[in-house]
Amino acid sequence: MLKRRSFMAAAGVALGCLMALPAQAQEAVKIGLVLPMTGPFASTGRQVEAGVRAYMALNGDEAAGKKIEIVLRDDAGTADQTRRIAQELVVNEGVSILMGFGLTPLAMSVAPVLNQAKIPAIITSATTSAIMPQSEYFVRTSMGGPQSAVPVATWAVENDLKRVVTLVTDYGPGHDIEKGFVDQFKKDGGEIVESVRVPLQNPDFAPFLQRVRDAKPDAVFVFVPSGVGSLFMKQFVERGLADAGIKLIATGDVTDDDLLNGIGDAAKGVITGHFYSANHDSPENKAFVEQVRKTNNMRPNFMSVGGYDAMHLAYAALEKTGGDTDGTKLIEAMKGMEWTSPRGPIMIDPETRDIVQDIYIREVKEVDGELYNVEFTKYEKIRDPNTAK
Amino acid sequence: MSVITREDVAPVEDGQDDQARAMRLMRRRSRIRFFEFIIWPAAVAAIFLLPSKMLILTEIAILALFAVSLDLVLGFAGIVSLGHTAFFGIGAYTAGLFARHYFAEPVTGLLVAGVVSGILGFATSFLILRGSDLTRLMTTLGIALMLGEAANQMGWLTGGADGLSGFSLGPILGLFEFDLWGRNGYIYCLAVLFVTTMVARRIAFSPFGLALKAIKSNPTRAALVGVPARRRLVIAYTIAAVMAGFAGALLTQTTSFVSPDVLAFHRSADVLLILVIGGTGYLYGGIFGAIGFTLLKDWLSVVTPQYWMFWIGLLLVILVLVGRGRIARWIEYIPQRLTAAMGGKP
Repeated sequence: MLKRRSFMAAAGVALGCLMALPAQAQEAVKIGLVLPMTGPFASTGRQVEAGVRAYMALNGDEAAGKKIEIVLRDDAGTADQTRRIAQELVVNEGVSILMGFGLTPLAMSVAPVLNQAKIPAIITSATTSAIMPQSEYFVRTSMGGPQSAVPVATWAVENDLKRVVTLVTDYGPGHDIEKGFVDQFKKDGGEIVESVRVPLQNPDFAPFLQRVRDAKPDAVFVFVPSGVGSLFMKQFVERGLADAGIKLIATGDVTDDDLLNGIGDAAKGVITGHFYSANHDSPENKAFVEQVRKTNNMRPNFMSVGGYDAMHLAYAALEKTGGDTDGTKLIEAMKGMEWTSPRGPIMIDPETRDIVQDIYIREVKEVDGELYNVEFTKYEKIRDPNTAK
Repeated sequence: MSVITREDVAPVEDGQDDQARAMRLMRRRSRIRFFEFIIWPAAVAAIFLLPSKMLILTEIAILALFAVSLDLVLGFAGIVSLGHTAFFGIGAYTAGLFARHYFAEPVTGLLVAGVVSGILGFATSFLILRGSDLTRLMTTLGIALMLGEAANQMGWLTGGADGLSGFSLGPILGLFEFDLWGRNGYIYCLAVLFVTTMVARRIAFSPFGLALKAIKSNPTRAALVGVPARRRLVIAYTIAAVMAGFAGALLTQTTSFVSPDVLAFHRSADVLLILVIGGTGYLYGGIFGAIGFTLLKDWLSVVTPQYWMFWIGLLLVILVLVGRGRIARWIEYIPQRLTAAMGGKP
């Protein structure tokens, strides 16, 4: 039967008249997962996919009585590919929800598709504040703008680090985080000695670190994209900043769970603020970490948990609409949703569709022979300060 | 055009004969090839037969246009460029900014983008004139990198690393809206590709194009027989820049988004690869290469989202090893082989 049908289809192609028929829809809900699986940001794609698969392994592949199907596509981190793939997924595959988007421009590029097709897109990774206003159909489960940096500023002042140099990577998220940190830090009574920006391409931190050292601050606040963290840490140690008594405070991207063991002992004692640590103590997180280790043989990081929560949001929204896949109904269902994620309690802000979550201050320590970000204090219900109303 | 008529070896003949021979030569070079009868009708038929593939076909058309423009400088003028995406990117940004601040009609935007990138091409062509292949590689690469960094830094104009968004294109010529299925977008891109390729064809197979080939194979000799090499190269480079600018503008207009990625090195590299696959020096190499490259990439990245680059790489290595000299004109070998196999004379 099947053979015959495919033969018929082939004949149809040859005649060139059956191609117009769309693939027959079954009782399945398709979710289009668009991620950079190759290129410099492949690790992001790998982690998010692991999170998505872990959720399905733990919670089954059915929501609201419908089978959930994942269609994974690689955009290699190029915006026009992301846009084309997203559009094709909507038009040809008939997906009901889009998911993924590793970098800000990639998410930005699909905004027109969402507005035209009225389909929700759950952002699992890209973080800049500017994305959310682009479409009413964006929801985010990663992090909003300088969400992780603001509590670090408060913590630094509380712990007597009053003179700080900031060092961020020179691109959208870096600017967001620099602004968020500096504003909060000044408000709390700290002094910014200097703000240094490092180029995104081929970063060499040595000259910038020398400038930091010469400025003799109490601490240096750092944000670099996840992946560059290990290079930064190496040069930080080489330049002897730690010996000069300059403390390193950062967002969690620098001590990414995925890379932490690779960085080695140099990372010990670094203080970071972030929304997720694989070491987070909760039953949800234990199950999540175990599942990812089992299926992908790696430690999940904050990208992974973004993918996991995106799946939860999709499942929960489908349950709420009773399996209705109308995009506008789904996005309405997602607004205001609250649940306990492996990272802790989180909520989707009904106003901005952005995530509201706790930010933890952590220190890198050795646990059971491996390095972890060990959480020691937290700031609750942090919003993106750039968009929060 | 006196360059290739062999007046130096031919015994004294009257000018009439010479001219006739030159005309014959020109006509033979510019005759319509068999594949031209296949490719264009097929592209038009795709509008009706493959409605679900409009988006990838649009991408192919844009890439093909970009590759054809590179073929004009590489295959005809012999300028090896690693930074051809500079013009593609400038065209893309110009079209985006124009639509955002001035006028949303695509065809106007397209022409403006072509003009701006032509001006850049003209200005930078003088750098290309200096030095040999290696310096040209470095100069073109450098220009593209500089523009890429400028696009990243000038956030107030280009949106920086986040890209330029928040503009939408009006209907084409005020009549055809860009639809979600990408049908009108494809027709638009195909029309631009066709017109531009025909113009490029006219240029490439004219005496001007022959002069370029003469410069390519031996600049000193070409200069000796009186071909103004500098001027010819400047003109060819500028025309190619305009065409690349068109391609960039089409990308912006069909996606209503520009990111600094349009100026990234991998685009220059991709378009060179396309010419390696499709062959250089006969314009259609860009089109065949773009079809092959894009379909292959799309197919492999669906089959194996993580490792498709490996297979592309492997294929290229094989292609270069097997192809070697033939690679430049493989399409011409097919009919020859076919007729040879059937016992006829090629």
